[in-house]
Amino acid sequence: MKEELFVTARSNALIDPGLHIWTWEVAMYLFLGGLTAGIMVFAAIMTLLRKDEEAPFAATKLALLAPIVLSLGMTTLFLDLEHKLFVFRFYTAFQVLSPMSWGAWILIVIYPVSILQILSTLRAGYPQASPYVDRFAIGKWLLDWSEAYRRPVAMAAIPFGIALGIYTGILLSAFSARPFWNSGVLGPLFLVSGLSTAAALVALVARKHSEKVLFARIDLTLIAAELALVALFIINLASGTEQQLLALDSIMSGPYTLVFWVLFVGVGLLIPLLLELLEIRGFVRRVAIVAPVLVLLGGYVLRQVMIDIGQESTWTRYDTQYNAELQERLHD
Amino acid sequence: MTRFAMVIDTKTCIGCGDCVVACKTENKVPDGLNRDWIVEATQGRYPQLTTEFRSERCNHCSNATCVTLCPTGASHYWKGTNIVLVDPDMCTGCKACIAACPYDARLVMHPDGYVDKCTFCHHRVEEGLDPACVSSCPTRCMHFGSIDDPGSEVSRLLKTRNYKVLKPETGNEPNVYYLI
Repeated sequence: MKEELFVTARSNALIDPGLHIWTWEVAMYLFLGGLTAGIMVFAAIMTLLRKDEEAPFAATKLALLAPIVLSLGMTTLFLDLEHKLFVFRFYTAFQVLSPMSWGAWILIVIYPVSILQILSTLRAGYPQASPYVDRFAIGKWLLDWSEAYRRPVAMAAIPFGIALGIYTGILLSAFSARPFWNSGVLGPLFLVSGLSTAAALVALVARKHSEKVLFARIDLTLIAAELALVALFIINLASGTEQQLLALDSIMSGPYTLVFWVLFVGVGLLIPLLLELLEIRGFVRRVAIVAPVLVLLGGYVLRQVMIDIGQESTWTRYDTQYNAELQERLHD
Repeated sequence: MTRFAMVIDTKTCIGCGDCVVACKTENKVPDGLNRDWIVEATQGRYPQLTTEFRSERCNHCSNATCVTLCPTGASHYWKGTNIVLVDPDMCTGCKACIAACPYDARLVMHPDGYVDKCTFCHHRVEEGLDPACVSSCPTRCMHFGSIDDPGSEVSRLLKTRNYKVLKPETGNEPNVYYLI
């Protein structure tokens, strides 16, 4: 038997009995950040492939959503800060080894790139709104300039979008103190999930049938890739250290088993995969709304589950709370 | 880097909690928060039980992940030593350092919101004094000093006694040693 108890109460808020520093605000930010990344990447790819006719929404209208979605995400992130007045401190330093610092600066660069992306497609995508910008000399010049450089702007949007999407995963995987997160797969997993949610958004909002089908196809591939990455993530944990095995328990036989397998893998990945397959084969047409909504839900659930399980996984355990297991361990 | 270490003799620690009270008094730690704490570890099966008391706190790691992952530089090493401090004027309260600590040794100061932790009483160390917890220990089981000075008490104890650190496998190179 081995038992470790606090003799003096620690009860530090947010740490005891288990670490619970981050809640929905951070999960929502990671979700919206990934979605923004996907929006920028798809808007850029459709521009580069000259898909204005075939996929008019993605090629000319989608980019507008990027700064709106990202601003919502940054708002929830701000809500999470405990020392809010000092938020400007993210921008008085660059810590090269801290993914969070990289993220803070990536967010700053994303805005001008994203706004150029919007301007370069404003006349084509939003003919009702563009005259308001055209009315001013500088607005007209900006529209002309960004339209002339539409392809280079799109080419710039891709790497910045990918950086935004992948950093949200690297951010968590860099925490060597949290065994559940400590896997290099998390970066690609979050990136692919972000792209998948953006593809789902287009499939949901676009009017043109050919565009819906195109993005349902794209999403199908991305969901399959995401399933493969989830498998790699689990293999990585299952072949890891004692701490990683204990962390894995929480989704294999612990409190998060149901939400991970049923809500994330089942409802968020497998069901939309199946529905989109049926839709592409032409078996069903009415489900066109269901699959993308489930993909978006699954994208959020992935972040929430990762945040919840990851922060609880730990190197340091004390048997402070009463638990019946202690009684059993007396006999070991 | 000048490395300061704390060496705690588990053979003479009785778990009285004076170090915890001394820290709260010296550093005016608010109600309901603690920078140090005592753990009682019991092993074996009745009647062959052994108990070890450990006074635990921030390990002031030589490779501190909380310093690495802090996005603003608020978590930093004090004056070229291994003493890890948080500058409240640079801390955004993002809590990355709390997640980054494998020893769960950090806390959010309420109601202010910045992150706080054990400082090895650097304000006392600067004056050549021991940290408050060390100087208040009634059994003299706690020792503090530079581990780089081969003549210091901490170096002498680590040369002559068996010791352990907590979770060395994290790679953080903790600097609180327990004599066993």
